[in-house]
Amino acid sequence: MNRLESIPVDVQNTASLTGNLLPLLHELHHALQTYAATGATHSIDLNSLPMAPEEDAQLEQLLGGGEVRAQLQALGNSEITETAIPGVWRVTHRNADGAVVARLLEITDCPAILKTQHQDLADGVQRLETLISEGS
Amino acid sequence: MNKPVTVADALRLGGVTRRGFLKYCSAIASLMALPPASVSVIAAALEKARRPSVIWLSFQECTGCTESLTRSHAATVEDLIFNAISLDYHHTLQAASGDAAEAAREAAMHDNYGNYLLVVDGSIPTGNPGYSTIAGISNKDMLLEVAAGAAAIVSVGSCAAFGGIPHADPNPTGAVSVADLIKDKPIINVPGCPPIPAVITGVLVQYLTFGLPQLDHLGRPVAFYGQSIHDRCYRRPFYDKGLFAESFDDEGAKKGWCLYKVGCKGPTTYNACATTKWNNGTSFPIEAGHPCLGCSEPDFWDAGSFYKALSTPTGSIGATAVYAAGAGLLAGAALGAVQRSRKNAAIRKHEKIGIDDLTQES
Repeated sequence: MNRLESIPVDVQNTASLTGNLLPLLHELHHALQTYAATGATHSIDLNSLPMAPEEDAQLEQLLGGGEVRAQLQALGNSEITETAIPGVWRVTHRNADGAVVARLLEITDCPAILKTQHQDLADGVQRLETLISEGS
Repeated sequence: MNKPVTVADALRLGGVTRRGFLKYCSAIASLMALPPASVSVIAAALEKARRPSVIWLSFQECTGCTESLTRSHAATVEDLIFNAISLDYHHTLQAASGDAAEAAREAAMHDNYGNYLLVVDGSIPTGNPGYSTIAGISNKDMLLEVAAGAAAIVSVGSCAAFGGIPHADPNPTGAVSVADLIKDKPIINVPGCPPIPAVITGVLVQYLTFGLPQLDHLGRPVAFYGQSIHDRCYRRPFYDKGLFAESFDDEGAKKGWCLYKVGCKGPTTYNACATTKWNNGTSFPIEAGHPCLGCSEPDFWDAGSFYKALSTPTGSIGATAVYAAGAGLLAGAALGAVQRSRKNAAIRKHEKIGIDDLTQES
């Protein structure tokens, strides 16, 4: 690909773009640098940031898909995926009707909601005990 | 099974796992435009928050606010919170009727005196008490009685918050807002015609987690009413570039340009429509090509045509100008005075003054 014209560029009506995409990439850059250096995690609420549909699609394309795709079934489906940039996760929460209730970018090694919740451990222990007593 | 004491207990007994609870808190944080880092704070607060008793009174209203709330689809974040509170009286929703319904209200008041949350929709007539009664009790008497034992009051909808459409000129019933009658209780105004369902529940969650929210000069929680529709509107870039629809079927309208000139009240309207949106986040009026009516602002019904730009003075100047002309030499000065009073009236009604209004004074 040595000619500029050979790069497929979809020209959009730039009048409706918010111009928030580049600042967002900078925020991600700083957050990831900070996480690498200090271990401080960061989250960005995409719903609170006005972005044109074109910009949303562009962000999706730029961040790409990484090695992990997880599905969470609790009060509706949630998708938790690592982007092509290690340490940057995309978290999309949906309600039982499939409507998006939260869209987050998380800068961490594993979003906290993926881990087994310690508050649920006691239920797990009890459940195993029931299984054992029923089986014996 | 014990009666759940805290909000978290209630959700847990309803089969909500810890992950579900955290997800719920994430959605709430996003809804309240709080930073995502506050999720753990919300979770900790909801774990401790006691299930409040809620008494909901409906006065001069169209039930649109209750419709808005209950038409949010099943198993959403919104109705989760309704499992978490104890809604002890709501005469439209409750199964009980007649004496049994009023007994439920009295029991809830007696058991939780000083601690229950009172939600009101609809305005209160101060004219003939017979204009609106429940179980033979006038709206005003019932409000005063129930408010006396409430920890706080949430005025849901523009009628309860500001008087709304019943209060509109000529206000035949002498309708007033809750805040006009109750002066000794914290009142949270959640205006809108109707308010966004997620905002109604969001305010309740905010009250449960953080207590009384920060309010603006009109008693509205700044978390939801802190920004104008205009500032968060996706058509704002067109306004900034001076690209306007001049009518509803011109090129500008087809291209989705700014609706300011066809009467959009977005610049003077503070609400969460542009971000939270309606119908489970589908869209909001401007996205459907219609200007914002400003329904969450006081006296929106009397603030001039929905289809005139904000800088247009309200009322007709024609009739007044004829009388002013009769004063001969003073006509010019009188017309200036009329414009000035229009300007002052417009300021009182939160309207923006355009360059035309200013030049007409000279």
